[in-house]
Amino acid sequence: MNILVPNQLQAYTGGQSRVTADGGTLAEVLADLDTNYPGIRFRMIDEQDRIREHIRIFVAGENAASLDVPVPRGVEVQIVGALSGG
Amino acid sequence: MHHLFVGTRKGAWIFTSTDGRKAWSVDGPHYLGSIINHLVLDPRDRQTLVMASSAGHLGPTIMTSRDLGKTWSESSQPPAFPKANEKGEGRSVSHTFWLAPGHESEPGVWWAGTSPPAIFRSEDNGATWEPVNGWNQHPMYDKWCPNAPTPDGELLAQISICSDDKNHMYICTSSGGVFETTDYAETWAPLNKGVEANFLPDPYPEYGQDAHQIAVHPKDPTRIYQQNHCGIYRIDRPGDRWTRIGENMPKEVGDIGFSVVVDPREIDTAWVWPMDGTDVWPRTSPGGRPAAYRTRDGGRSWERQDNGFPTEQGWFTVKRQAFVGDGLDPVGLYVGTTGGEIWSSVDGGESWSNLVRHLPEIYSLQAIEV
Repeated sequence: MNILVPNQLQAYTGGQSRVTADGGTLAEVLADLDTNYPGIRFRMIDEQDRIREHIRIFVAGENAASLDVPVPRGVEVQIVGALSGG
Repeated sequence: MHHLFVGTRKGAWIFTSTDGRKAWSVDGPHYLGSIINHLVLDPRDRQTLVMASSAGHLGPTIMTSRDLGKTWSESSQPPAFPKANEKGEGRSVSHTFWLAPGHESEPGVWWAGTSPPAIFRSEDNGATWEPVNGWNQHPMYDKWCPNAPTPDGELLAQISICSDDKNHMYICTSSGGVFETTDYAETWAPLNKGVEANFLPDPYPEYGQDAHQIAVHPKDPTRIYQQNHCGIYRIDRPGDRWTRIGENMPKEVGDIGFSVVVDPREIDTAWVWPMDGTDVWPRTSPGGRPAAYRTRDGGRSWERQDNGFPTEQGWFTVKRQAFVGDGLDPVGLYVGTTGGEIWSSVDGGESWSNLVRHLPEIYSLQAIEV
């Protein structure tokens, strides 16, 4: 499925804003993403598998609360850097 | 060639001088926008550069360079706590605050202090990191680190290794004070006798102090200076009680600050950078008149060093890794402000001049000859 990558993480994807990854859950999708783009997962998911405070991940348009969220085949996963301030 | 490595709230910069610390060229920004808490060149090989990085949106990481910042590699295993068991919430590293190259006898070894207060160790020049369980899982951890955060989180703010013994180390924490190990971080004990914690019910507790920075003297590691949240102290080991040498500072200046720097050749010579700790703790230069203070008698007396600084309306705030010495003779001193200025002295603080303006808020400096 398509993964939309925010500016903050495009250093890992060679500047690409849209990449692909596979998996049946968000955890599996992000593991596959990290295989292709090493290091990207830890910048958005902490060592306790929590989505970091200023990251939001939308699966088929729904805000994912955890990595257990199912990712049906063909849906889009959008990663968003969510922070205000200077 | 002299280098000045600069970590800021918005990226890293490298300044280089080829004419004896007079003129400096600039290289940067590196990782513009990233929060760089510490950027350190390994003084053992003068080649490996390690950088503690995080970002507003993103989790923490460690970057390394072997060519003075021309190219960077990311740690494949940055500092991280073990996964919690079924019962526990589990801790998560917010950011690495302090980087310490290992002992001279252990090339490639580095130590990292983080928020929350934990220690991590690398054996491969920062490429991978492992938790140091002697501290991170100490039975007293919850009492020594009671989750009493500073504005930057609860910190393990410094790791210092004695030059004469790789097993002998000291750490500073923001809510426990100074702790010591003599067995390579396996076991730890508080070292805070005589140090005030005027914000606690018992102002002289066994632990609970806020140790901003210590300077373990490289020539004689029995001599240690401390700039604490509540004053300036000195201890001579194996003694176990600190003496408040900040009592000898001018009363109108006080002895509050973040940093302490030593002359590597003279155990009685040290510098501090006082800041206003009155009222609501402005933490700016007292009276708007920036100055370093130097002692040459182990803290019995202090002399003001302000030649070249603004004489009025100079409200400098200098964070703990942002006042450093270069260890040369005479000692070069460098001050980085939260207003993005760097001031330097190449004569041990006798005179100062502005080296750069308009950087982001400066978090750390390292001055080193290569």
